[in-house]
Amino acid sequence: MSDTIGCPSGLAPAHEPTVSAADPRAFVRQEKGESVLELSVSGARCAGCLSKIEGALTKLDGVSNARLNLSTGKLHVAWRGELDPRTVAQTVSDLGYKAAPFEPENSDAEGDAYGRHLIKALAVAGFATANIMLLSVGVWASGGGEMGEATRGLMHLISALIAIPAVAYSGQPFFRSAWQTLRAGHANMDVPISLAVLLATGVSLFEALNGGEHAYFDAAVMLLFFLLIGRWLDHALRRKARSAAEDLIALQTVTATRLDSAGHPTSVAAKDLRVGDTLLIAPGDRIPVDGSIASGRSSVDASLITGETEPVACHEGAELRAGTINLTHTLTMQATATVQNSLVSELAELIEAGQQSKGHFVRLADQASRLYVPTVHTLAALTLVGWLVLAQAPFRESLMAAIALLIITCPCALGLATPVVQVVATSKLFRRGILVTSGDALERLAKVDHVVFDKTGTLTTGQYRWTNPRTLPEAEQKALAALARGSRHPVARAVVEVCGTGTIAEGIEEIPGQGCSGTVDGVRIALGRAEFVGAEAQEHAEEGQSAAWVKVGDGAAHRLTFEDDLRPGAREAVDALRALGLAVSIQSGDRAAAVCAVADKLGIDDWYAEQTPEDKAERLKALREAGHHTAMVGDGLNDTPALAFADASLTPATAAEAAQTSADFVFRPDNLRSVAITVEGARSAKRHILQNFAFAALYNVIAAPVAMAGLVTPLIAALAMSGSSMLVTLNALRQHVGSTEEEQPG
Amino acid sequence: MNGLLFLIPAALGLGLLAMAAFVWSVKNRQYDDIEGAAARVLLDDDLDDEDT
Repeated sequence: MSDTIGCPSGLAPAHEPTVSAADPRAFVRQEKGESVLELSVSGARCAGCLSKIEGALTKLDGVSNARLNLSTGKLHVAWRGELDPRTVAQTVSDLGYKAAPFEPENSDAEGDAYGRHLIKALAVAGFATANIMLLSVGVWASGGGEMGEATRGLMHLISALIAIPAVAYSGQPFFRSAWQTLRAGHANMDVPISLAVLLATGVSLFEALNGGEHAYFDAAVMLLFFLLIGRWLDHALRRKARSAAEDLIALQTVTATRLDSAGHPTSVAAKDLRVGDTLLIAPGDRIPVDGSIASGRSSVDASLITGETEPVACHEGAELRAGTINLTHTLTMQATATVQNSLVSELAELIEAGQQSKGHFVRLADQASRLYVPTVHTLAALTLVGWLVLAQAPFRESLMAAIALLIITCPCALGLATPVVQVVATSKLFRRGILVTSGDALERLAKVDHVVFDKTGTLTTGQYRWTNPRTLPEAEQKALAALARGSRHPVARAVVEVCGTGTIAEGIEEIPGQGCSGTVDGVRIALGRAEFVGAEAQEHAEEGQSAAWVKVGDGAAHRLTFEDDLRPGAREAVDALRALGLAVSIQSGDRAAAVCAVADKLGIDDWYAEQTPEDKAERLKALREAGHHTAMVGDGLNDTPALAFADASLTPATAAEAAQTSADFVFRPDNLRSVAITVEGARSAKRHILQNFAFAALYNVIAAPVAMAGLVTPLIAALAMSGSSMLVTLNALRQHVGSTEEEQPG
Repeated sequence: MNGLLFLIPAALGLGLLAMAAFVWSVKNRQYDDIEGAAARVLLDDDLDDEDT
């Protein structure tokens, strides 16, 4: 079985075994005399994967336990003795799975405590609902008077015995949240929920003790049962989005490039860094530890820390904080703290930043509850006063009518409307290889009417191939290679691909959208656009080719050509987006000829070439001001400001780390059609959410007058509540994602 | 009607038993890896593998 690489069932693409897997030594913990390591494994999908990975690891010397969680992709390995943790990571990597060590969060070590509390509350509410309903049906069925009053009283008392502890336990999530917002002087959806449940239970208890005819115990617990389902789905979705973000982080901060005293770069585990170490930080890298810049200047994305989207310019001597992202230039920095002292708060900061970023966006559910809470409470008060004053009814009857209104209009359907739809849409998109990294992203994407594509790496594969290395003399090629190793630009990578590894040039400076320069053995070397290196652009490149110029010292400038092919499905994606009524445009930092060639192939008239990152962001701002809602699809560092300015952002899984953490959707890079599928999915989700709200509103419009008139019996309340909840759930399940073709496996 | 006197407690007792079993299984983290549990059923080579 182990002769195949990756998933033996072919459910996931195999990961190319790397020569050196990520160094996990820093992540080993000691527990009960055993060494324990957690790895985040991607690509494992089936029973074959389980037995391959666990089998191979168990055969290693001293391994006492290897267990892979197939749902989360977390692998737990424990061993005794002198086994090198690198062997563990390498073993998994050799089998064809990508493995990245990670530090289990404290809260994760306890597991998902809140989620399990919700499930237990759900079980209690479910048990109470079923059993009280059993007793209630008997009472309802004997409406003709077959049941004696004593028996009915007994039924109500037993119901009370079940309902009161159940409400006390299962209602906690709502009571706590309602109490907290009330103390802060606000009101959320949980306030009417708590009020209705408590009043219904209290009044029913009073009726049961006084031999009354109607008791609403079943309605109270059923309400909790349905709402807990919605609450749990919502929680599960958020947790999934958060763990996706954690996986991305796990892949990032593992290693750092340390320069030894001779200036040679070595890759070390970030945890092994000590105060005083000199580190090389390439553009796009996350700063691993707190420190100060030893040489170089660059702009740094500190949005994780400060919330500012504007990059901050940093000079020599400036302080750098762990978790910020170096955007444009290679830096050397001096560490002033260890990972434990600087990185600990990073996860929390990231999640917080993510939650804050949605501050300006009002979710549909919140809009609905803002309308709902005051309306229902006013109506309930009016009902009470109306019965007392206008109908001269006794206080007990008036109160019952008001409570009946609160119970029957309680937002069962509203509480389920959004979470059910989002969960269904997210899981359907996930099966198509699209990861939704933030909860309300679907709602934002559904509004979009203009999609802006980056060219390089998004519409095209982004893998440049250097087509004319032979025209460059060997000495200059060597110098060029040294410069290229210090840059993450695709052009530079294509050069490194040809020239291999070696030394790195000094003082590398990269100007986004222009090029980079540095010194090798005292000779200045520049790589980039013609005007940047000081060459005259004599001729235009052939269509579809990109050119860069290199100039070593005072020598002649050489023209290098690179080819970059269209991503599969690019044409279909653009056509599908157009069919959905979206405008499509291209923003690229590349030369006009290259952009024009791609735009022609895709039939896009609206394209902008030679754009700087600021230009891209400005253009998106202008579109927004013109009343458009934009989606940005981009992968590069120069797209990150634009991704932040767009209403929704998508990025292929091959994108720069900085882009992946700021995007709402990450899609599998093998087919660009995913973009259109995501938009379709988001629109379908929004449509179903609105339909659900319409159902809920319609139901309330019918139910409220009935309740105000005092006609609601416990039977009607129970029927209305379960009926409306089931309606919105079934409606959510109707969703289709990309129904035109069959779902791709995995 | 006398039947109710033992039928209701019996029904409630059984229900409580089921609920307790479910709550125990949640506490015991049996739902942490639903996909894995489904896949592990298919493995037949766990006889010499002490921890699966």
